[in-house]
Amino acid sequence: MPFDVYLNVAVAGILTGLVYGLMALGLSVIFGVVRVVNFAHGEMMTIAMYLAVVLFSHFHLDPLLMLVPIAAVLFAFGYALQAGLINPFITRPEHSQFLLLVALGLIIVNTLLIVFGPDAQSVQTSYAYDSFQIGLLIVDASKLYAGAAAILFTAALFAFFRLTLVGKAIRACADNYTGALVVGLDVKRLYALTFAVGAACVGAAGCIMTLIIDVTPMLGPTYTLLAFIIVIAGGLGSMPGALVGGILIGLTEAFAGILFTPSAKSMFAFAILVLVLLFRPQGILGKRVA
Amino acid sequence: MTPTNMPIRLMPSRRAMLKGSAAVAAAVAVPAVLRAQGAALKVGVLLPRSGFEAGIGQDCQRGVDVAPGLLKSLGLPALTILDGDTESNVDTARARAEKLINDGAQLLVGAFDSGQSAAIAQVAEQKGIPFVINIAAAPDITEQGYKFVFRNFPTAPMILSDAFANQLELFNIVGAAPKTVVFMHVNDTFGTAMSKGINAVMPKFNIPYKIVEEIAYDPAARDLSVEVAKAKSANADALLVVSRLNDAMLLTRELVKQRWTPQAIMSMGPGWYEDQYLKTLGKLSDGPISFVPFQDPNKKVAKMLEAALAKSSPGVNLSTNHVYTFEALLIAADAYKRAGSADPKALADAIRATNITDNVSIGPGIQFNAKGQNDKLKDGAIQNRAGKLLTLAPKQAANAKPEWPMKPYQARG
Repeated sequence: MPFDVYLNVAVAGILTGLVYGLMALGLSVIFGVVRVVNFAHGEMMTIAMYLAVVLFSHFHLDPLLMLVPIAAVLFAFGYALQAGLINPFITRPEHSQFLLLVALGLIIVNTLLIVFGPDAQSVQTSYAYDSFQIGLLIVDASKLYAGAAAILFTAALFAFFRLTLVGKAIRACADNYTGALVVGLDVKRLYALTFAVGAACVGAAGCIMTLIIDVTPMLGPTYTLLAFIIVIAGGLGSMPGALVGGILIGLTEAFAGILFTPSAKSMFAFAILVLVLLFRPQGILGKRVA
Repeated sequence: MTPTNMPIRLMPSRRAMLKGSAAVAAAVAVPAVLRAQGAALKVGVLLPRSGFEAGIGQDCQRGVDVAPGLLKSLGLPALTILDGDTESNVDTARARAEKLINDGAQLLVGAFDSGQSAAIAQVAEQKGIPFVINIAAAPDITEQGYKFVFRNFPTAPMILSDAFANQLELFNIVGAAPKTVVFMHVNDTFGTAMSKGINAVMPKFNIPYKIVEEIAYDPAARDLSVEVAKAKSANADALLVVSRLNDAMLLTRELVKQRWTPQAIMSMGPGWYEDQYLKTLGKLSDGPISFVPFQDPNKKVAKMLEAALAKSSPGVNLSTNHVYTFEALLIAADAYKRAGSADPKALADAIRATNITDNVSIGPGIQFNAKGQNDKLKDGAIQNRAGKLLTLAPKQAANAKPEWPMKPYQARG
């Protein structure tokens, strides 16, 4: 097979992987600080995707322009969710948290089914069929914009955690819960903020994702599972790990399709997960827990 | 003996009793027959009205919508349609078939998809309710020895034989032919059956091209960029496809983005000639040639169906989905008329004896062999051009010359 085919597939895999990474980043942030596994993560992404589809179909607003507003909506949704519903479950056993979030996921899927129906809906931007040719490389314009938007949003998120006081406080909560309480941090509020930031990540990822794939309500559980694979492969709680995991899964899916059979793309993503769990249980960039 | 001195018999004689019983039996039976002929037959129509095949299921529904008026004008009894949604899912199809039978359906029609139709066939056979398949090509369905399952749609080998014959006819007309093709197909029941069929049937024809790469993919896939990249890398002259609607649109989008216009796209399944495909993709929908079961535009009932569809769904091209869904209901109404009863066995016997020559599809008409298969159907070669479907072959049904090779996607403005 010619070299340019591998090159094109690799670029497409990396660009898709960046969006996967942004989606998984939200899951990683929430788990890393709040220690709650969001089993409604993919379902929250579909809410953002439907918001993007509705805004495009009714007002012709490009999903890339709507990225920040939709992330803000999901931020508010995440904050309210954590403060009102999840917070009482923080100290409860893990299976209670699991049931709560699975139930939330089911409610989201079925509400979307009632409102939008089961059929796929898409966003047909003016650049939906465009591609850029650079020598042998042909890059899908939608994927390129999606990848660039994912990088920008991720960079902003990293800056938030590194450079702002709130970001530093959230990291302090993640590092030492008791210490955070001792120095007088409002941990409840910070937990709600963290969940909101995670929800904003998934909101941005969902908005960007509409450029690449069509949305259906049933997409949620698939992407919750994908986010888990990425986060576990990259390292649970590690932000750079989520990004690396996303790119790894994007590339794996792409090369499995080209080197083996396209029907087995998902199988190879799971194979990566099994290998990581066997040989590096803490994930590629995760820290080993003593 | 005068009436006054007649012996009074309080009890009727045995003969009178027999006569009376016969009269009562006749009185009960005659209205039953009249009821059967007067009341509408309850037909459960199972289609993928939602899910990834929803577009095609809804297109099939258009064939159902025009049926009442047409059946009436053909002098056939009315049908009461009970809708069922398979949700493009085999398990749901099975459950919905059971529900429709429990709700009183006396005959089932459906279900567009081979896997779903096979599941419904099992239920119909188990419950003893006739099932007329509108569209499903996997040959196994009518190879099970079922007594209540009938199919007025060609099997995968029949589609392929006609497709190859029509391809040879086209290559002769244009004086050119591809030397190599990439074969892309869905990996569901239908796609796998077609893939096996191609390998079995192709050697029987003197086909000038070679399949250099075969790519199977998930019909519910949301991104086919890798699949198209792999196909493009084979550097083949043409693309041979067996697909559905959503994936046909995804494939076209990727062909445009990856800047590959093959000499021809030859489809041996649905998707590429569907109305939604034409409307969604506009100019990008032009060019693909579908080798599919189709209508004979010269038949009287085909013209009636086309006119009825133009009235009920303006701007929609008459095509396979409407034709075979309507014909399934035509078979049901015709059998009900001849059976004079809604009794499932009588209906099944009447369907088995069907002989409709005034129909819509290409071929001599509708008859079923001992397996419940109409084995006399013929396919056509159809090309999309400016939002219309033009018939290129067979010669007797053709109304246009082929456009060959396809106009490059990038040159379509």
